[in-house]
Amino acid sequence: MKELLSKKILGLKPSGIRKFFDVANEVSGVISLGVGEPDFETPYHIREAGIQALQAGKTFYTSNSGLQDLRNEISIYEYKKMGNRYNPNTEIMVTVGGSEAIDVALRTIINPGDEIIYIEPSFVSYLPCILMADGVPVPVELKPENKFRLTKEQLETVITEKSKALVISYPNNPTGAIMEEEDLEELLELIEKNNLLVISDEIYSELTYEKKHISIACLPGMKERTIVINGFSKNFAMTGWRLGYALGNAEIISQMVKVHQYAIMCAPTISQYAAIDALQNGEKEVCDMRESYNQRRRYLYHELHRLQLPCFQPEGAFYMFPDIREFGMTSEAFAVDLLNEEKVAVVPGNAFGDCGEGFVRISYAYSISDLKEALGRIENYIVHKRALML
Amino acid sequence: MQKEKILSLLRLIEQNSGLSESDLAIMLETNEQGIHNAISTLEKSGVICGYHTLIHWDKVTDNDVTALVELRVTPQGGDGYEKLAEKIKGYPQVKTLYLMSGAYDFLVMVTGQNMKEIALFVSSKLASISEVQSTTTHFILTKYKELGFDLDAKKADERMVVTP
Repeated sequence: MKELLSKKILGLKPSGIRKFFDVANEVSGVISLGVGEPDFETPYHIREAGIQALQAGKTFYTSNSGLQDLRNEISIYEYKKMGNRYNPNTEIMVTVGGSEAIDVALRTIINPGDEIIYIEPSFVSYLPCILMADGVPVPVELKPENKFRLTKEQLETVITEKSKALVISYPNNPTGAIMEEEDLEELLELIEKNNLLVISDEIYSELTYEKKHISIACLPGMKERTIVINGFSKNFAMTGWRLGYALGNAEIISQMVKVHQYAIMCAPTISQYAAIDALQNGEKEVCDMRESYNQRRRYLYHELHRLQLPCFQPEGAFYMFPDIREFGMTSEAFAVDLLNEEKVAVVPGNAFGDCGEGFVRISYAYSISDLKEALGRIENYIVHKRALML
Repeated sequence: MQKEKILSLLRLIEQNSGLSESDLAIMLETNEQGIHNAISTLEKSGVICGYHTLIHWDKVTDNDVTALVELRVTPQGGDGYEKLAEKIKGYPQVKTLYLMSGAYDFLVMVTGQNMKEIALFVSSKLASISEVQSTTTHFILTKYKELGFDLDAKKADERMVVTP
């Protein structure tokens, strides 16, 4: 059968997460810290808005770029939160999750052979989406000593004549890193000089803990050359609703809508109505969830520190990315061993790019009592391993 | 401790009074002594009134009946409600007592071993108070949610074990 299939697709590596999921799913009694989504259910009033839309018979397609009311609300929200004004008629499109927006953005900008610079470790989709769009992926390996931020020097070394775009994702999955205004400013000159587009995946934009999220699109001259990707999954605990959006200049967005219209038609209508309510009335819950994540972040960081697992102190999203190299195992071997020995699931760092090797991702989208139980088991495991190594 | 942090502390222990002072200190980015002092101040000033464990008694015993009793009263004098409340809340059967706006004055939550015991308590102790004009007793049939907690069996985590 293989000869009938696309060589390009056959050549894609299966997701490391998928592989580990299959392993973890076989073990019973697992406490998982492996989930990349909020533990909170969608706030009740947002769910009710979805139900009302359904009852009112809002069961038809919407316009390709999404409900006008939703685009208006997104425009207001983005202005309020980030400071840029996007025209709801021409500069905003609603997508099926942030994931679709990533895919569509890349397909819209890539000509075969274009080099797309992206950061690693990062969300699992960038690399395969670049490959599927016939781009040439150019990873930049981020370092814990730079707080997993992208530096000007790192960017400079990978830029060539073929560089088309830079993909960044802050707050970052899996490291929890953020980039501050001055870090972003450092990059501007290179971006402009080399006429790069930027895809800025800001899906965790509400989840920063000490400093407010800054969008690169809000820096001087950057709105025109940046495609911002955001959505409702993480910020409003709406993963299952599959709703995101892209923002950018009208010329780019109109081409992106073309891809979206032929592939998807429109994002789920009921989800779009629920999202209007999220933007209008969801602020309080977003604050409450942020406070709760922050408490867990402090707790988990304190515990990892106590266990003497080297770990960068995250400033956003809901992940930590401790270094497990002292145990002399690959990330995958460590994760599988921890799963078998203590029934705790964490995600091997190499699932987020080769340079994630030697790290694991721990999610703190869990209650304190779950975290406590899991950390007790991790402590057993680590103490045992260290004793064996003496 | 600043007010914002005190409110966070109260919200946390309202949800889970079992959190240790050291856990609270980590979660709220302060020290144990600070938490200890804040809690003892809050206790002394009556902000923290007690530590309650929410128990779903229906699951362990059949001898637990709760009723909500509405009382209409004619208070005497300026502090008539306070004096009446003082009298009513003294009964150990009374678990909760509120002064209400609307069609009646006091809402009294009463528990007992069975309906008869509660009925007897209402007629002999509450209805017999001279200021009480009338009583209406509603027995609780099923408890679904109490003090913000869903009383159904703990929901399983619906999420998949590992996701990106």
